[in-house]
Amino acid sequence: MMDLAFLDAPFTPACAGTDEPDGHALDALDAARPAMLGPQRALMPNLSEVQEHLKIVHGTTTLAFKYKSGVVVAVDSRASAGAYIASQNVKKVIEINQFLLGTMAGGAADCQYWQRYLGMRCRLFELNHKERISVAAASKLFQNILCGYRGYGLSIGTMVAGWDHKGPGLYYLDSEGARIEGNLFSVGSGSLFAYGILDSNYKYDMEFADAIELGRRAIYHATHNDAYSGGTVRVYHIDGKGWRRISEDDATVLHYQYNPGKK
Amino acid sequence: METMSRDVAAMSGYGASSAAAGPTMHQWSPYVMNSGTVMAICGKDFAVIAGDTRMSVGYQIQSRNVGKLLKVTDKAVLGTGGHCQADTLNLQKLLRARMVQYEHQNGKTPKTSAVAQLVSQMLYGRRFFPLLTKNIVAGLDEDGVGCVYTFDVVGCLERVRVACDGSAEELIQPVLDNLLERQHQQDKPKPPPLHVDLSREDVVNIVKDAFTSAGERDITTGDHVDIWVIDASGVHQEKFDLKYD
Repeated sequence: MMDLAFLDAPFTPACAGTDEPDGHALDALDAARPAMLGPQRALMPNLSEVQEHLKIVHGTTTLAFKYKSGVVVAVDSRASAGAYIASQNVKKVIEINQFLLGTMAGGAADCQYWQRYLGMRCRLFELNHKERISVAAASKLFQNILCGYRGYGLSIGTMVAGWDHKGPGLYYLDSEGARIEGNLFSVGSGSLFAYGILDSNYKYDMEFADAIELGRRAIYHATHNDAYSGGTVRVYHIDGKGWRRISEDDATVLHYQYNPGKK
Repeated sequence: METMSRDVAAMSGYGASSAAAGPTMHQWSPYVMNSGTVMAICGKDFAVIAGDTRMSVGYQIQSRNVGKLLKVTDKAVLGTGGHCQADTLNLQKLLRARMVQYEHQNGKTPKTSAVAQLVSQMLYGRRFFPLLTKNIVAGLDEDGVGCVYTFDVVGCLERVRVACDGSAEELIQPVLDNLLERQHQQDKPKPPPLHVDLSREDVVNIVKDAFTSAGERDITTGDHVDIWVIDASGVHQEKFDLKYD
C-alpha cells in the first residue's frame, strides 16, 4: 500500500514567501536544489577563465501576446555558445502544465531547471487547494524564487503565459526580480526585430489565424535578422481548453514561403 | 613560486600575480582542462557511445589510457568529454552512489530517462561552482529504442539522435548533422523522430571515421577510442586505436 500520509502534512501556502529560498519542507528536493552560498561566497572561484566552456546559452527570440480569444506564444530554437551554434533544436517553450507555458531566454539550464521546479510547485498547489493555480500566483511563485537568488548570476528572461479563472494571463519575469503583467512582450537578442513586426500589426481584436500568423512572422523576421536566433519557428496557442502546439516550421522554409521567387 | 612558469601556475591554481607592485588581488582558479572528446549516436534498437582515452594538461599528455565512459546501468552509459578530470571522477563517484541508493529505495534500476534527469539535477546542484564536465548519456529507453541525452555544463537537458561533446565537438558535430540529421539536405527525407536510420555497423564506422579525423586536427584527442554499443543484451565494449602523436 502506498504511503499517502504526506498528503495530510501541513503546508504553508507557497506564495507566503517564507519558504523561499532557504528552508522548506521537501527534503528530497532540497538535496537537488543548487546550494545557496553564505560567507563562502567570497571564495567563489573565478569563473571568467572557464566561461567559454560553461556553455551557458544566450541569444534567442521569444514572444507572447494576448488577443481577444487567447494567448499566442512563439519562439525560435537556436542555442549558441559564443559564435558556435550549440543546438538548432532547443525547446524554448516549457510546458509547465496543461494551462501554463513558460518561455526560455538567457541561460538554458537556469530556465529549464527552475520552470521544471515551478511545475512541481504548481502541482503541489493544485493538490493542496483542490483548484488550478492562477497565472498570477504561478508567476509570483517564480518571482519569489528569482528574488531569492538575485545577485547570484542567474540569467533568465521569461514569459509565463496561461489561462485561469480570469481568462488569459501573461507576465514577463527576469532574473533581476521584475514581474510585469502585460498584453504583449518579446524577450531576447532578436526581440527588437520581433517588436518591429508585432507593433505595426498587432490588434487585440485579431482573428485566431491572423494572431498565429503574426506570431510566426515576427519570429521569422527575428531569425532572419538576428544571427543568434534561428532554427525552427514554434507557435503555441492558449485558450480555455489549455495550450496547443500549432506549428513547427524550419526558418529556411518560411523564408522562401514569405519571399516567393527570391533566390 | 617565482620559478614556476606562468602556465603551470595558472593551471595549478596558485594565483601568481607576484611581479606587479601595489595591492595584490588573490584569485582562486580551481579548473584544469584535461579535454578529449565523446560522441553518441542512437539507432532503432541500439545506441553507440564513444570517447577517446587521452588525458592532457595544456600540450602535455598525462595518460594515454583514461577512459571517459561509465556504465551506469545495463541500459545506460555516461560519457564525459571536454572536462576537468577531477570533476569527472567526482561526478562518476556521486552518480554511482545515487544509483545504489535508487536501487535500494525502489527495488529496481532506473530508466535511462531517469538517469539523464538525475545527471541534470546533479549538474545544476553545482550551478554556482560548476563541475567542468560535458556529458552525454546514451542507452535504451523503456521501449527498447536507442536514446541519447546531452547536457550543458550546468545541466540543460535535451534528447537527441546524435551528439558530440568536448574539444573536437566543433569538428565532428557539423558532419554528423549532415550525414545523420540531413540538416543540409532539404530534399532528402528527415530522420525518424527518436533515432537515426542507419545500421549498427554503419554507425560504428561513422564513429571510427569521426575520431580518426578529429585525432588528426585536435591535439587533445588521440591514443585510443572506447566504443561501447548498448543493446538489449547489454553493453558491448570495443577498443579502437588512434595515433599516438
